[in-house]
Amino acid sequence: MALSGLFLLIFLLQHFVINFLSVISPDTFNEVSHFMGTNPFIQFLMQPVLMFGVILHLGMGIVIELQNRNARPIKYAFNNAKANSSWMSRNMIITGIMVMLFLGLHFYDFWVPEIKTKFIDGDMSGKLAGESGFRYFTELQHKFVDPARIGIYCLAFIFLALHLLHGFQSSFQSVGFKNRKFAPTIQLLGNIYAVMIPLGFIFIALFHFINSSH
Amino acid sequence: MSAAKTLNLTLKIWRQKNGNAKGSLETYPLNDISPDSSFLEMLDILNGGLIEKGESPVTFDHDCREGICGSCSLYINGEPHGPAKLVTTCQLHMRSFQDGETIYIEPFRAKAFPVIKDLMVDRSAFDRIQHAGGYISVNTSGNTQDANSIPINKENADEAFYSAACIGCGACVAACKNASASLFVAAKVSQYALLPQGQVEAKDRVLNMVKQAEKEGFGPCSNTGACEVECPKGISIENIARMNREFLSAAISK
Amino acid sequence: MSQLDSKIPEGPLKDKWTNYKNNINLVNPANKRNIDVIVIGTGLAGGSAAATLAELGYNVKAFCYQDSPRRAHSIAAQGGINAAKNYQGDGDSTHRLFYDTIKGGDYRSREANVYRLAEVSTNIIDQCVAQGVPFARDYGGLLDNRSFGGVLVSRTFYAKGQTGQQLLLGAYSAMNRQIAKGKIQMYNRHEMLDVVIVGGKARGIIARDLVTGEIERHSAHAVVIGSGGYGNVFFLSTNAMGSNVTAAWKAHKKGAHFANPCYTQIHPTCIPVHGTQQSKLTLMSESLRNDGRIWVPKKLEDADAVRKGTLKAIDIKEEDRDYYLERRYPSFGNLVPRDVASRAAKERCDAGYGVVANDTNEGVFLDFASAIQRYGKEEVLVKGISNASKEEVTSLGAKVIENKYGNLFDMYKQITDDNPYKTPMRIYPAVHYTMGGLWVDYNLMTNVEGMYAIGEANFSDHGANRLGASALMQGLADGYFVLPYTIGDYLANDIRTGKISTDSPEFAIAEKKAKDEIAHLINNNGTKTVDYFHKRLGLIMWNKVGMARTTEGLNEAISEIATLRDEFYKDVRVPGGADELNQELEKAGRVADFLELGELFARDALEREESCGGHFREEYKTEDGEALRRDDEFTHVSAWEYTGKPSDAVLHKENLEFENVELKTRSYK
Repeated sequence: MALSGLFLLIFLLQHFVINFLSVISPDTFNEVSHFMGTNPFIQFLMQPVLMFGVILHLGMGIVIELQNRNARPIKYAFNNAKANSSWMSRNMIITGIMVMLFLGLHFYDFWVPEIKTKFIDGDMSGKLAGESGFRYFTELQHKFVDPARIGIYCLAFIFLALHLLHGFQSSFQSVGFKNRKFAPTIQLLGNIYAVMIPLGFIFIALFHFINSSH
Repeated sequence: MSAAKTLNLTLKIWRQKNGNAKGSLETYPLNDISPDSSFLEMLDILNGGLIEKGESPVTFDHDCREGICGSCSLYINGEPHGPAKLVTTCQLHMRSFQDGETIYIEPFRAKAFPVIKDLMVDRSAFDRIQHAGGYISVNTSGNTQDANSIPINKENADEAFYSAACIGCGACVAACKNASASLFVAAKVSQYALLPQGQVEAKDRVLNMVKQAEKEGFGPCSNTGACEVECPKGISIENIARMNREFLSAAISK
Repeated sequence: MSQLDSKIPEGPLKDKWTNYKNNINLVNPANKRNIDVIVIGTGLAGGSAAATLAELGYNVKAFCYQDSPRRAHSIAAQGGINAAKNYQGDGDSTHRLFYDTIKGGDYRSREANVYRLAEVSTNIIDQCVAQGVPFARDYGGLLDNRSFGGVLVSRTFYAKGQTGQQLLLGAYSAMNRQIAKGKIQMYNRHEMLDVVIVGGKARGIIARDLVTGEIERHSAHAVVIGSGGYGNVFFLSTNAMGSNVTAAWKAHKKGAHFANPCYTQIHPTCIPVHGTQQSKLTLMSESLRNDGRIWVPKKLEDADAVRKGTLKAIDIKEEDRDYYLERRYPSFGNLVPRDVASRAAKERCDAGYGVVANDTNEGVFLDFASAIQRYGKEEVLVKGISNASKEEVTSLGAKVIENKYGNLFDMYKQITDDNPYKTPMRIYPAVHYTMGGLWVDYNLMTNVEGMYAIGEANFSDHGANRLGASALMQGLADGYFVLPYTIGDYLANDIRTGKISTDSPEFAIAEKKAKDEIAHLINNNGTKTVDYFHKRLGLIMWNKVGMARTTEGLNEAISEIATLRDEFYKDVRVPGGADELNQELEKAGRVADFLELGELFARDALEREESCGGHFREEYKTEDGEALRRDDEFTHVSAWEYTGKPSDAVLHKENLEFENVELKTRSYK
């Protein structure tokens, strides 16, 4: 769980950096996107690994949730859980599933069309017919027109933040990389990561929404 | 010592005749309790009254009544050992409660801690985890090496002591949303991991104890930290990180 | 009346144990597999014995009433464990530990046993460290020591204020290793109800499974009783709620002599009784007397005002305070032995100077204000603070006190809701430990063959008063290093006996008796709870057989206890059934035994017409009120034989020979 989580943390950071390029420099964003989309190492090794990581994370999450439920068949009549633990730490399955549902939409938006273009239509050029530049930035902008979609994206990022607020430091704890000396630093880094990355994604989404709507 | 005012309470107590019976929360009004009474003395008073009325007294585990044997348990108002921190139920005093308050008293709940009767649960799963490796294999011979032959730096010795301070009450399991025994197992694993005497068997110990905890039906740890907050002895979840470290390295190299 | 044979080996004191070990019979490893040993109780003595016997190869069956062996009341011991390691180089030696223990016990213990205890004390520390017991260490990584009352060296090893816990968990871990191997069969939540004697030898027990209520027969080649002390005969004590005399008392009723029941340790620093609903007393470690000063108001009207709550301790002027220990014992001051400190507190309270508003005004102040000032001033110098304000000094001093005793101060605050950093603690003596117990010879065997008693359950090592940090030492010495040898000498004769059958008439009779007693309690249909009787017994014991005893009071106690016992059997109400988990039934059985023991206890106190250690007879005191020992007539162990009821018990004596120490009057002035 923790290992797949740590892996996804790295992926997420990488994803964010590339997306953020779309704000700074559309050209660089296009270059990098094309590289990521066509490099065989990324496509045929890292992409399956990532898929596997996501599925593993989800699968284990569900298994653990079931084990956990099973470990206490009779619930407390009166439970004051907030006295000893955060809402985030107790509801990882909820925030996790919300993020997964969002991933469905996200795949439908980007991954499915990408795969269709590249591997069904066989167009590996990364360009739209009759245009000279790469298509990635334009496609990105087109997706961020619908306010409803923006709303769903923003909501999903809030769930992601809640998930990360516990998940970041929890994965370090689980692999044993935490002791009295590191704990405050990890906690701080985790909080920064959990707030800044989703906030960044929200910013990117809103940025493109605002830019594309006028 | 404030002797002036007494408390009138409504108790909601889990009653269950035995392990196979179906239990339920029953309501008991109880008046004129001194705020200087301990929580268990309050239950003694309730029981005295029940016996005189010909009713069956409430069964609960308790023994030393000074916070060290680990016998007492009870999930009081939604928390193991009640609302006060760093104390066991037997050290909890009625001045922590308000006049007119309703107090919920339930047994520690976990699949691995089946109810025996009323508020008493079977925590022998903890013993079996210890059987799986909670010891250093040394015979009693009278000529083991001199106690001072291996110096142990004070920091590690103190850390080992803090881990060893676990009283095995099970509050960590009761508080954990997953009914995980990680803090309990980690405390023992840590004590030995921090001492040179514990190194020889360290790998088998952590693998076996963790395996046994799983077998007993305790849930996996999801690092909510509830155990640390509710532990009457203040044992840190740093121990769990240490156990995880020990476990990973043992699992890889074994 | 007869003389008892203690079977002390011949030879010089320091060679007795070595010679003994060299000459005893051994059981070969293959034969040990065919021998069963029952151990009752899993505290330091029982737990260490069970583990060691199993390591040696015997089949051990261990019993405890708690849900796990780890919860035995040894776990509550705070201060430490003595051992003559002389790591501090302060002149400690086996002989010095031996001498201190004999003297501390007011010359009422057996020389050979005490010397052996001092001799094996060093092995205990080695063994525990090897087990992973995290003793306190200094910055060089070596073991640290502290000093305790009544001695002139630092020989106490400790693990914060939880030494008993750590040692017990060590013994428990040794047990776990053997349980995992199947060499110990552990019976948790089981209570021994009788011992079974076959052909004059202890051959098994009758036990009740406390969860199902089932009465079980268990056989063995020897029975070891390590069930602790009987302080709960006083109802209120520092013992655990479940601590009881039942195993030892049932052994007594089956022929084992009960020795010196009147020797009880009343610990001077406990939190006073707050009300009639109180269930137990809490100890504040003896170490507090290193820095705390004990006092009561000098004026009766001040004491009265304090009790009424109209006057605060801190508002009483220095010249109006009576630091009575410092006044009476200028050389030892607040660090006099436990028995002396306790009696002095009682004397003041009886005279009307007590400071707690309970029925008997029982309480004195334990004040840290001057220690806080002293440490504060030191800190100011060390830190080089110039012109420190009074508040600064106080707060720095309080920090030092917090580092030393923080957990005890927290515990005190939790219980009393008073802040001991700001206002003096209120303390009073409470029953803590019983030096008396089953009579045993040098082998730790009672006068019943094959029945052994170890730890607090026997009488052997502490005489009339136990020194601090010696109980843990004795429990582990008996269990790890003494019994495993001595029992082999006895069991060597049993290698051809084969499994002991539980079908014999002796087992059947014992089982029936146990069942009948339970049935009687269950079917009694009285009107009063078990606690009602236990509290009344406790009051009689405390008032008449407590810290100061008189002929008159003891005679009254004997008849009152006998009457109370009759009343108990007529009027006790035990709800629930015999075939289920029934905590009231468990209590009833234990209180029934306390009601018999209490009477013998008072008889023993009456018979011992002298004052020694924890036993103080008002008739036998010096002009300034100190204990007056009568060595000519009472240098003996009083061992009582049961013949049907406590009042008919027959006294046997074991004369105590002192060849290596001179009998002196203890003086702490």
